[in-house]
Amino acid sequence: MKLLTIAATTLALTAGIAHAQTVRMGTEGAYAPYNFIDDATGEVTGFEIELGNELCKRAELDCTWVRNDWDSIIPNLVSGNYDTIMAGMNINEDRKQVIQFTQPYTPGMPSAYAALSPDVDVEGGVIAAQTSTIQAGHVAETGATLLEFANPDETVAAVRNGEADAVFSDKDFLAPIVEESGGELVWVEGYDTVPLGEGIGMGLRQSDNELRETFDAVITEMKEDGSLNELIKKWFGEDAMIFE
Amino acid sequence: MFSYCTDPSSLQGLPWLSCYLTSGTHLLFYSSFGTVLLLLAITAPVALIFGYGGAMAARSRIAPLRWFGKIYTAMVRGIPDIIFFLFVPIALDQAFEWMRHQALCDSSQPVRQGSDFVVCDAAKLPLSDASPWVHDAYGIFLAVIAFSIVFGAFAANVLYGAMQAVPRAQLETAEAYGMTPRQVTRRVLVPQMWTYALPGLSNLWMILIKATPLLFLLGVEDVVYWARELGGAKTSAFTYPHPDWRLYYFLALLVFYLLMTWISGRVLDRVARRLSRGQATLAGEAQRKGAIA
Repeated sequence: MKLLTIAATTLALTAGIAHAQTVRMGTEGAYAPYNFIDDATGEVTGFEIELGNELCKRAELDCTWVRNDWDSIIPNLVSGNYDTIMAGMNINEDRKQVIQFTQPYTPGMPSAYAALSPDVDVEGGVIAAQTSTIQAGHVAETGATLLEFANPDETVAAVRNGEADAVFSDKDFLAPIVEESGGELVWVEGYDTVPLGEGIGMGLRQSDNELRETFDAVITEMKEDGSLNELIKKWFGEDAMIFE
Repeated sequence: MFSYCTDPSSLQGLPWLSCYLTSGTHLLFYSSFGTVLLLLAITAPVALIFGYGGAMAARSRIAPLRWFGKIYTAMVRGIPDIIFFLFVPIALDQAFEWMRHQALCDSSQPVRQGSDFVVCDAAKLPLSDASPWVHDAYGIFLAVIAFSIVFGAFAANVLYGAMQAVPRAQLETAEAYGMTPRQVTRRVLVPQMWTYALPGLSNLWMILIKATPLLFLLGVEDVVYWARELGGAKTSAFTYPHPDWRLYYFLALLVFYLLMTWISGRVLDRVARRLSRGQATLAGEAQRKGAIA
């Protein structure tokens, strides 16, 4: 009984502290449908914004969103400009050297190549990818010529204007672009679903264990009650990969 | 903005464009022009003050002050601007936070933990729960300091040269009238040096205008950020889908900068005319002869 009271008091105390805390959430705001700027209001929106707000609500945290360029998104996290990264960032070993991740909040989402014709040679041609993404790392390993761009829009534009033969990116990012291009952009044959990465997670400073545990707990909660899968279906369509 | 903008997907042509150009993101784009102008308005005088201080220090008879002035101009002018712009804001930010950490928190906690730079919540600058505009203002403040240090060094060199260019005879005459060195500087040297400094300073002003897109590097969302962001192709996930329009956005920026430098050129010409009045220079002489005829 005594132990229970102590446990309850500590819980109440930590919950009280957590409520007062403001968490600054870093995102890129240029990666629809994960995170992008709603052009009608000028605010960030997307799958990760809706998920992040829900996570904060459940964890009773006060969250604000901060936009930051992809290039400097990790340096600015470790120097303390904001506390988390939710920017379609795949969990991988290189990044784990510098920051830590929560458990993934998406299954390992496939990547894909898109180009102007389906028979592009993706292992010998010029491939556009965003700087310091797992896709850029993968292209460098295949022997193709890697053409890096600072933001994802530019990678697609590079294919459209002939600078690159194909673009390699998360399939969910490319899918609406390919669909709406009216046949201009197509998936590269045999390379429309390339499994890559362990899933997307929330990045945090390595010294911020408490915050990671808080978010891990609410992500588990959302996985178990099915609300995370609902959210994935809402933003990526009914056929999207979901958690089992 | 307009009442008919609630469902832009049903609109066509001009009404669509009017809604598009007044969307939330476009209003942010327009206000970013204000950010650039604000930066120029603050940076130019601050840089001039830094430059004046640097030039005076470089001319000082006190050796350490003179060394400081010389080292300041030599160092900043010798380092690529971009490196300085990347270095100064980070270094300043961490220095401020470190000092606050020492003063406000349990300073036994190390600030550097692995790759992390960690200060306690109370030492954060701005505080985590400060409103977004405070964070923006702080970012612009750091940018102003970085720009001012860099352009101040160039201005110091220009002003130093201009002070050396004032004819020695003028200063000698002032001394002969019994003015103290301080009076000579204030009454004769400084008023006369501007005409020599102006070509250099107007160059600097033009370069400063053209350097404002570097704000983008400092994480301030300036005109270049928004032009790239708004111009990029938008799918139907957005309220206003459109193909890649970056060309038109950058064209608009081109016109903006051309207009800025053109207006500056006109104003600087007038200032140059005003400053050469009564000067013992070719321009001053030409004005005198013109007035007689």
